[in-house]
Amino acid sequence: MSSLYIARSPRVAARALDGEMMIMSGRDSTLFTLNETATILWQSADGVTPLERIVEERICGEFEVYPDEALHDAEVLARELAEYGILVVSQEPILQSTFPIGDSR
Amino acid sequence: MEASGIRGIDAALDVGRACCRNGSSLVPEPQAEGVQSPVPVLSTEADQVSVVIDVGRMPIRVNSTHPGFLGILRDRYTGFVSASGEPAIEFKVEIVEPLTDDPDADVEVAYSGRRWNILRGDFRAEWEPATRRGWIRQTASPYAIDSVLRIVHSLVLAKQGGFLLHSASAIRNGKAFLFMGVSGAGKTTISSLAPANVALLTDEISYVRPQNEQYIAFGTPFTGELAKVGVNVSAPIAAAYLLCKGPENRIDPVERGEAARALLANTLFFANDQELVQAVFDSALHFVEKVPVSKLTFVPDARVWEFIA
Repeated sequence: MSSLYIARSPRVAARALDGEMMIMSGRDSTLFTLNETATILWQSADGVTPLERIVEERICGEFEVYPDEALHDAEVLARELAEYGILVVSQEPILQSTFPIGDSR
Repeated sequence: MEASGIRGIDAALDVGRACCRNGSSLVPEPQAEGVQSPVPVLSTEADQVSVVIDVGRMPIRVNSTHPGFLGILRDRYTGFVSASGEPAIEFKVEIVEPLTDDPDADVEVAYSGRRWNILRGDFRAEWEPATRRGWIRQTASPYAIDSVLRIVHSLVLAKQGGFLLHSASAIRNGKAFLFMGVSGAGKTTISSLAPANVALLTDEISYVRPQNEQYIAFGTPFTGELAKVGVNVSAPIAAAYLLCKGPENRIDPVERGEAARALLANTLFFANDQELVQAVFDSALHFVEKVPVSKLTFVPDARVWEFIA
């Protein structure tokens, strides 16, 4: 299995409130609330750390879960978050400068 | 580990039409037959062709050559018509036939070329923040300009850390209270039950702006079912309530995450704009950190106001 890289989309507004990670899509103003594992993925999504290593260091170390199963679930979750436009998923490291730039004032 | 990490996905901002469709007459008033002065006097002429509508201490001058339309505006915005000489924003209104066959089409708000472009079936508008000027082409109806005003105020407020909120609001003993809820939650009911010592700011759209480490609620002319224009006054917000009708009057605490979700779900915002979405999101979360938000369950009679002080 090749490595996946995940990065936080620059087109969202995000903030933790009393331990809850809240994310609002800048695309359609949809509001997301992430659970604990999704929050770990979001916070770790720096674009350069492979998902496999995030799972190994941040999720398997935190929860009692088999590594293969955790990685599979994390990939499914990452792609789901990408479909909503709040994560970017790639098989290559993701640099911030590669994000598209929108109309701004 | 859960198969899906997303606990809830809610449409958060009201991006649809927020224009109420009651409370104002569609029928233009008869034009006054004024005596023409042989030499136009600027101040008098300005009075004849413009109306300044001051909501949230942000006066907006509306210029039109259609005197019947200005008469409609003076009636519609009673209590909010100002004599301000220096408006924050100025619009020239041109009265036209309906732009499309679908006046119920969704409003489109987009920023392009340093201007906001606002389009709906019954109007089209442009506004350039740098020059503070814009134009509106619309039918001779107050509903169209009501929507333009709400949209422009929501855009300006977003930059100031404030927002328009789908909620009733009122002032009692120098403190403002917000009552949030979707249609049917009780905004109109609690507004209509307000005792005499309560100044009703609005039964539908609240105007909220930060000022000196507080959030201030201002009266608005934006009405709901009560069709009663709010009082043009303001006060610091002491509390916000999520409304719910029930078998008894009670106030229950609300976690800040739930409060933020409710606030965002009731925020009126129209623009598909990353920068302003970020601003509104930050404002909502800051608001719930500063202002206590609770759930107010109430029996629809006047005793509920014993809880609001």
